[in-house]
Amino acid sequence: MIATTAVLAAEGGEQSILFPADYDILWSAVCALVIGLVFWKKVLPVFTRILDERTELIEGGLKRAEVAQEEAAALIEQYKAQLDDARAEAARVREEARAEGQAILAELRAKAQADAERIVETAHRQIEAERQSAAISLRADVGTLATDLAARILGESLSEDARASRVVDRFLDELDGQLGASADEADADRVKGR
Amino acid sequence: MLFEGTVFELNRIILIRILATLVLVTLFWIAASRARLVPNRGQNVAEMALDFVRVNIAEDIIGKDTARRFVPLLTTIFFAVLAANITGVVPGLNIASSSLIGFPLVMAVISFVAFIVVGVKAHGAVGYLRTTLFPSGVPWPVYIILTPIELISTFILRPATLTIRLLVNMVAGHLLLVLCFGATHYLFFEAAGALKAVGAVTLAAGFAFTLFEIFIAALQAYIFTLLSAVYISISQESH
Repeated sequence: MIATTAVLAAEGGEQSILFPADYDILWSAVCALVIGLVFWKKVLPVFTRILDERTELIEGGLKRAEVAQEEAAALIEQYKAQLDDARAEAARVREEARAEGQAILAELRAKAQADAERIVETAHRQIEAERQSAAISLRADVGTLATDLAARILGESLSEDARASRVVDRFLDELDGQLGASADEADADRVKGR
Repeated sequence: MLFEGTVFELNRIILIRILATLVLVTLFWIAASRARLVPNRGQNVAEMALDFVRVNIAEDIIGKDTARRFVPLLTTIFFAVLAANITGVVPGLNIASSSLIGFPLVMAVISFVAFIVVGVKAHGAVGYLRTTLFPSGVPWPVYIILTPIELISTFILRPATLTIRLLVNMVAGHLLLVLCFGATHYLFFEAAGALKAVGAVTLAAGFAFTLFEIFIAALQAYIFTLLSAVYISISQESH
């Protein structure tokens, strides 16, 4: 505390407070120089560099994040497009399959129809043939039977008689005509009934 | 007293000044050596202190674009003055090493030389004198009064006020503390009876003034640096 005197009058009152001693100036200058050099050459360059690096890092980080975000957005867009493509493709495939199925179905139906018609036709032809053969055999049988019957009724044989033969033929022709008409009628009925 | 009577004389204040310088330089040297991109606590404090000078003084006063050149100078002034001032409240040192006129004077001369150099660089020697002593925009007879005022204020009062403001603040602070603690000591150990109680009051006052001196130490460093920045800024601009 007694050092007040050193301030007020350094070195026992010889030194005025407002007039510096040479050593005071010297050591002040030395201290200022040392502090200045250290700050100028060491401290400030280091901290300036670190500050710049930090700014760079933060800005770089922000920029990188931005780029990453843009990339992600582009990727999402791409995926969406791909998904849409896939959906469209699936729909197309489904549509194609449906059309194909319908074509197959129609084809099968047509084929079945043709088969059925063919079978019916064959059956008709067979029936006709059978009818005709039946008619022919019937004609012969009916002729003989009728002649036999007539001979029995009349008590005489008409078999060798030419007349009898003509009568039988005529009768059979009539019968044939009736049979043919009834057969045509039956055909007509069948056609109508379908 | 070492080297008494020579220019290298080391009295107590000079020793404290050198000690303060070494402590300051060591602290910042360590901070700079350990400085990393991601700061730890100590580095944060150092960066805050350096940023205070760079942003709140240099960039605010001189302008962001040109401030960078003057940051080392202003930082040196600020921390040198702060370190010299703060020894006034450090126990065991107890005197601001800026309370001897040499230190404020040297700092003021540095500031003085700086703003003149800046002015001469910006306008040339003649141009600087003309813009300083004959500011434009006034009728010529005014120069009869204005020029001497500008001459005195710029080239004498600026460094003188810088020096004396700092010196007197530190001396006054030291005297206040000495007075308070001296009185406390006397009242406690020498005074009789009830007067001893008054010692508690002076002790409390001494404590308050110690806190006040910490504030003043920082404030004077700030003012000194701020005015240096202002002078540099004025020199740089044309009137």
